[in-house]
Amino acid sequence: MARAKLRVERVTKRFGGLVAVDGLSFDVNEREVLGIIGPNGSGKTTMLNMMSGAFKPTEGFISLSDRQISGKAAQTIARAGVGRTFQLVRLLPGLTVLENVVAGAVFGHRRQWGQSAKMVALRMMERVNLNISPNAPITELTYIDQKRVELARALCGEPNILLLDEWLAGLNPTELEAGIDLIKTLQEEGRTIILVEHVMGAIRSLCDKCVVMASGAKIAEGSPEQVLADPEVIRAYLGDEDE
Amino acid sequence: MIRGSFTELLIIAVLAAFAATVPLVANGYWLSVCVTGMMYIALATSWSMFSGPTHYISLATAAFFGLGGYLLATGMSDYQQPFWLMLAIVPFTGAVLAALIGLATLRLSGVYFVIFTLGLAEMIRNLVSWIQNNFLGSRGLYVLTDYTERHIYWMLLAVAATVYMLGWLINRSRLGFSLRIIGGDETVARHVGINTATAKVILFITTGFFGALVGGILAPRYSYIEPNQVFSPQLSFLVVIIALLGGSGRLWGPLVGVIPFTILWELVQTYFPNQTTLFLGVVFLVIVYFLPHGVVGRLEQALEQVRKRR
Repeated sequence: MARAKLRVERVTKRFGGLVAVDGLSFDVNEREVLGIIGPNGSGKTTMLNMMSGAFKPTEGFISLSDRQISGKAAQTIARAGVGRTFQLVRLLPGLTVLENVVAGAVFGHRRQWGQSAKMVALRMMERVNLNISPNAPITELTYIDQKRVELARALCGEPNILLLDEWLAGLNPTELEAGIDLIKTLQEEGRTIILVEHVMGAIRSLCDKCVVMASGAKIAEGSPEQVLADPEVIRAYLGDEDE
Repeated sequence: MIRGSFTELLIIAVLAAFAATVPLVANGYWLSVCVTGMMYIALATSWSMFSGPTHYISLATAAFFGLGGYLLATGMSDYQQPFWLMLAIVPFTGAVLAALIGLATLRLSGVYFVIFTLGLAEMIRNLVSWIQNNFLGSRGLYVLTDYTERHIYWMLLAVAATVYMLGWLINRSRLGFSLRIIGGDETVARHVGINTATAKVILFITTGFFGALVGGILAPRYSYIEPNQVFSPQLSFLVVIIALLGGSGRLWGPLVGVIPFTILWELVQTYFPNQTTLFLGVVFLVIVYFLPHGVVGRLEQALEQVRKRR
């Protein structure tokens, strides 16, 4: 797999007077799984959106394998090797399952067309355990299968780094277990992954390290055990004892 | 990801060959109806190539059509240039105008794009009228050629066939697939690596090119050209209604819409000349309430139901 290292340096994002992300810095090394956690509204998805090019940082830099990607268009970043899923699943309703998945192979990091793209898509459908007819309409899928389609689409582009925005959110306990196992297999393949997640069980079992955000700023960084035991992190999630 | 089969192309080729014989058997009134129908086929199919997959409703058809007709008339009437030279030039001016509109509207979507294109077409009409009135001394131009309705029909048929062939090729290409993804979700399109702006502008330029070409071909039919006639906003709406009636989801959708609409439109214009706008309104309501995906969409739905029952 290609070398991938993502570096976030003093990144700030302001929406008018609101500072959504405040001077955030962290590195993701190759084959590492990084979890970005924090209470709702702490700026996690905004950070992910800046990494994928949906937003441009107000200040700071983001680089992928020493090439600056911050400020570039989303399609340029996708072609540079950043694949992503969305917090609320975004599928293409007029297209079949296969067409949804193959889009990643056709336009992504490794641009393919025709039969070779189709083969990649079918392989990725199998990879994410999507046991459904490739020609099925997208409207017939269960929630977890919709998430699998989105993940397969991101994997089809053969990304250097994969951004998963609350991929496990909204799943029932059985689905959650299957979802964690699936991401674990991606980790075992040596993929570099950034997870924005609320499911702490997943964070503990999947992440090599975590960045904890509160009010747009980083309040802790380290292994899941370290950060989840950090008093400031506990305070950010639960509030002060006398509150 | 690839749409449009060789069978579909063959059917269209047979239909085009059949259509080419129409002027040999039809004349007078019915040939005139066929010219109008062929004009709508070319315009609505090229409109559908962009607006069908992307769902960007363009009301700029009159701007391209008018530009083509008016420029051709200016070249012939004021500068004594030959018809064929002007006809070779006008599509490129349509393409340039479309490129400018495309670049100016990259960030617009939904209703803002619709209003912009309508406003732009009206602005061009008024601008041309103003220039004509204040600087060129007359309101109209003469286009005098030896070409009859029959020749115009064949020229339009050639354009319609070219538009269809191009649309078929686009549907089978990466560009065609990218437009369907853009129509589904533009954010997803960007995040899978599609340069959405380039894809949209390329297709819009194609629409502008063919719109102006059709306008140029139609100019000899009118003989006397004046801005309010060739830049009529009604044309933009008619093209949208025809495409939606047939179904803009498929390349051959507008073809299905043109035949019933042209005949009905001719009947309404003949027997109820003061109620044409009312008729358009009713047709539009029928489409919105009963045929949201057009006749083709309804047919596909019915076929799907039959398949499921089996």
